Amino acid sequence: MATCTFWVDGKPYQAEEGTNLVDAAKTHGIFIPSLCYFQHIDPPLGTCRTCTCKINGRHSPACTEAVKEGLKVEVNTPELMDIRKALVEMMFAEGNHFCPACEKSGNCDLQHMGYELGISQSRFPHLFKDRLIDYQPKRMVMEHNRCIKCRRCVEEIFTTDGKRVFNYINRGNETRVGIDYEQEARLSDSDAEKAMAICPTGAIMVRGKSLSKPFGDRAFDLKSTQKHYSYNILDKPRATHFEKKTIATVSLAGCFGCHMSLLDIDTEILDIAELVSFNKSPLTDIKSFTQRCHLGLVEGGCCNTENIETLRKFREMCDTLVVMGECAVWGGLPAMRNTIPLGECLEEAYLNSVTSEPDATIVPYHEDLPKILNRVYACNEIVKVDYTIPGCPPSATHIWKVIKSLLWGEEYSLLYSEFKYD
Amino acid sequence: MGTRSHPNNLFSCEPNRSKLLSQLWQHQINNRYISEDAIAALATEHNLSAIEVAGVASFYHFFHRQPAGRHTIYINNSIIAELKGYERIREAFERETGARLGSVDPTGTFGLFETPCIGLSDQEPAALIDFFPFTNLNAIKVKEIIRKIKEGRAVHEIADSPPANIRFLPPNDRTLFFAPYTRGEVIRKLANLTPEEVIEQLRIGELAGRGGAFFPTWKKWSTCRTFPESPKFIVCNADEGEPGTFKDRVLLQHQPGSVIEGMITAGFAVGAAYGIIYLRGEYRWMLPTVEEEIDQFYQAGLLGKNIAGINGFHFDLRLEVGAGAYVCGEETALLESMEGKRGEPRTKWFYPVEKGYLQLPTVVNNVETFAAATRLLQFGSFEYLKRGIPGSAGTKLISVSGDCQRPGLYEIEWGITVAELLEICGAEDPFFIQVSGPSGECISIKEKFRRISMLDLLAQKDIRCGGSFMIFNRQRDLVHILLNFCSFFKHESCGVCTPCRAGNFILQRKLEKISHGLADRNDLQDLRNWGNIMKSTSRCGLGKTASNSVLHAVDKFQDYFAKRFAEVDHSIYRQIDEHAAIAEYERYKP
Ligand SMILES: Cc1cc2nc3c(=O)[nH]c(=O)nc-3n(C[C@H](O)[C@H](O)[C@H](O)COP(=O)(O)O)c2cc1C
Ligand code: SF4
Ligand code: SF4
Ligand code: SF4
Ligand code: FES
Repeated sequence: MATCTFWVDGKPYQAEEGTNLVDAAKTHGIFIPSLCYFQHIDPPLGTCRTCTCKINGRHSPACTEAVKEGLKVEVNTPELMDIRKALVEMMFAEGNHFCPACEKSGNCDLQHMGYELGISQSRFPHLFKDRLIDYQPKRMVMEHNRCIKCRRCVEEIFTTDGKRVFNYINRGNETRVGIDYEQEARLSDSDAEKAMAICPTGAIMVRGKSLSKPFGDRAFDLKSTQKHYSYNILDKPRATHFEKKTIATVSLAGCFGCHMSLLDIDTEILDIAELVSFNKSPLTDIKSFTQRCHLGLVEGGCCNTENIETLRKFREMCDTLVVMGECAVWGGLPAMRNTIPLGECLEEAYLNSVTSEPDATIVPYHEDLPKILNRVYACNEIVKVDYTIPGCPPSATHIWKVIKSLLWGEEYSLLYSEFKYD
Repeated sequence: MGTRSHPNNLFSCEPNRSKLLSQLWQHQINNRYISEDAIAALATEHNLSAIEVAGVASFYHFFHRQPAGRHTIYINNSIIAELKGYERIREAFERETGARLGSVDPTGTFGLFETPCIGLSDQEPAALIDFFPFTNLNAIKVKEIIRKIKEGRAVHEIADSPPANIRFLPPNDRTLFFAPYTRGEVIRKLANLTPEEVIEQLRIGELAGRGGAFFPTWKKWSTCRTFPESPKFIVCNADEGEPGTFKDRVLLQHQPGSVIEGMITAGFAVGAAYGIIYLRGEYRWMLPTVEEEIDQFYQAGLLGKNIAGINGFHFDLRLEVGAGAYVCGEETALLESMEGKRGEPRTKWFYPVEKGYLQLPTVVNNVETFAAATRLLQFGSFEYLKRGIPGSAGTKLISVSGDCQRPGLYEIEWGITVAELLEICGAEDPFFIQVSGPSGECISIKEKFRRISMLDLLAQKDIRCGGSFMIFNRQRDLVHILLNFCSFFKHESCGVCTPCRAGNFILQRKLEKISHGLADRNDLQDLRNWGNIMKSTSRCGLGKTASNSVLHAVDKFQDYFAKRFAEVDHSIYRQIDEHAAIAEYERYKP
């Protein structure tokens, strides 16, 4: 086929006519996010929409476009970058993604897109829809909480006699990927593993074929696909005076892991001690604020009324409020209960569990006890949050870079390897 | 079911799989659900995996995987039904049948479900029982109906026959759609015309599609004509799912011949030998009427071989019945559905005129488009152009419902103003008008001087109307209406693409926040931004238009929204309903 010239953001590029736009752009080092797009599936699936660009002036997914002479594409305008980011955020809001507890973490395309686009938080409310985990297939486990309905498995996995193993079931927001138990049992081992491999998320798992690898060895741990990673995802800070500042910290519905991470900077902590003083914080054991602080650092979301009260106090007493860690950002692991009614959780914990007293009848309740909320709330659902650090826990360097930047306007560059959800 | 079984015989060129939808219907009707065994049997017959068949069945909400009662009742839950007393009707049905909404009563006699607009907005509240219509319901009527059914009366005997409610025709015999019609008049004219001449007539008459997108019909036909593949198909889109629309129902009830004749004409123009009418499942009760008309055409030699004596002009026609899925009105979803698949819209990799049904060239047009084509050729394009306004010729069928004295069908000439239409239908204190259904545009009464025409794309302030015109008075709660629309789209999204599947759910959460009084100005801005993202990224028209009414409303009714904002200091706090948040826990207070 003939070579043609197509235009991206006003610059001309060459490619063989008919090449898929996502691939053609990639060859020239232009990154267009994509999730459902998969090699040879023809026609392309076009389900995830994360590759949306403007093609000849109209919004359209890049993956359903073949380059031809004169094709005009807009990729990196602020509007389009925001739209694509929103779509990935929507997937996080729609599913139930607990990366720290996910086998696919580090090898997951969805998570990878989150990193590439610098998503520290979904702008959309998490839907916390209750979904099944299907353990019935012979070799596979279907984790419906993680499926993004990309359709790859539906179109790619067939038995040797050409029967579908996966198919969508239901419609609308009830859509899920069903698996045919009978056909699944007839798949060869390698086809079963192929299903797991082509799934961009951790929705399809093959028993006994755990993906777990140490940090650094996983597919998306270290290196960004983009040339200027940090440049694309950070705001420019404003430099201010270098003076001693006061910080307050707290752990709400969290596990203190973020606090542990905070201390994980070895001897540098000595330098930092010169520059900041801690007011209310588990690190100082000061229980109530004794003064207004420059910066408040919050770990954990709100699972009870006391958390809400404390968080509001932090908002009042701190000039800048930073939330760190997945739990504070959107609920994190404690939010695993959000898909289940509170009553069921309490009764399971206090009345029906194997460790509860045989004739237990009481769920703890007392005037002096904080009241448990119907679900875990993210910090930004309760107060205005100024800055968000993802991670479970976030790396110490990430936390301190943010603190230094916010307090003294230090410029920093965030490394791809430091921006993680697990 | 009382109706004759519809012609389920496929054309010889169609693969067996195209039978699947009607086979699923047979199971549903005979057994009131589609059992595991039925799925397995169909899977074996079609050499598919069970999950593939189950995936198809689960897409359509009239197919049940659990027994749905010996009598299955669907109450319409559209916004118009809500205004007219949906709640009371639901309660009455629950009381009389002993079934809770969404389930079957303990004896297995009645299944009670809800369904979006059933195309009877001029006669709400309405319901379908065993797919027969029951209209203008009230608690006493419901009681009577259930009593009779319990006594063993046949449902089709006690069902209503919905009147056409044609309220207005253009004066001075200017009606097109309801002018006297003689079966075969236009077809006989074809003997003296070439296909190109037929298409040219449509071009001169500026006929544009009536299914919502207003695409020039002549262009569609002439493009399809250029493709050499054969056979070609003419598909009549009678899925009429847009809430508040019932014009296609009235046409098929009272002028089915003009629709069929339009399809045959299209067949002649593009060189297609087969036609299929895709009738929405909600209109099953109209099957006998349409089938009877098709029979008449065959008997008159107007369908079949060498039609009307035109040598070599063969055209056959059959019906396909949908099974409850608004998205199947989208033309590519409709084609998938006819192929016995889930009704998921295709990507725009190919257009149906090139690769449509069975990947063969296909013309899909709306019911009204075919009827208009017939009338255009009957009267001649010169006469046709005399109606309407320059650039927007002809007349339009509009389904009027809501707060007005005379809900029903209005045939208007393009160019009429909103105010005039409100006047003739006897609108009562109109405040908010939803034009073209939930996916269309909502306008405030302040815009009543806008004309209804097809010129809205030309910076003119005219408004297009696809057929639905729902009127709401000042007492109606806007957020409540928007929530009804939103849950409709959430339910009807095919679920294939992210912005529509998740987006409608997210918008619903946001609207609930507003309706609970917890929102502020930022939430309105979010609605705007998010609605626009859905618009620019969704895969098909459903997702692209689902946020329309919200987007229009937040701009046009700012005062209304401002009154609903929460009173908190937004610079630092967000408002939550703390009382509700601890209510569940308070149950454990000793
Ligand atoms: C979600 C959705 C639903 C639709 N529903 C219908 C419908 O019920 N009837 C119809 O004629 N067109 C419907 N359409 C438009 C069709 O896709 C198509 O444009 C139309 O049938 C073409 O016919 P026309 O050119 O005669 O208008 C729908 C489109 C979308 C996106
Ligand atoms: S690793 Fe991927 S699939 Fe697993 S929870 Fe995170 S985003 Fe979801
Ligand atoms: S299971 Fe995996 S491959 Fe299949 S649709 Fe879901 S995310 Fe895609
Ligand atoms: S926009 Fe909605 S209906 Fe259309 S393809 Fe996407 S999910 Fe399906
Ligand atoms: S990658 Fe293009 S739509 Fe998914």
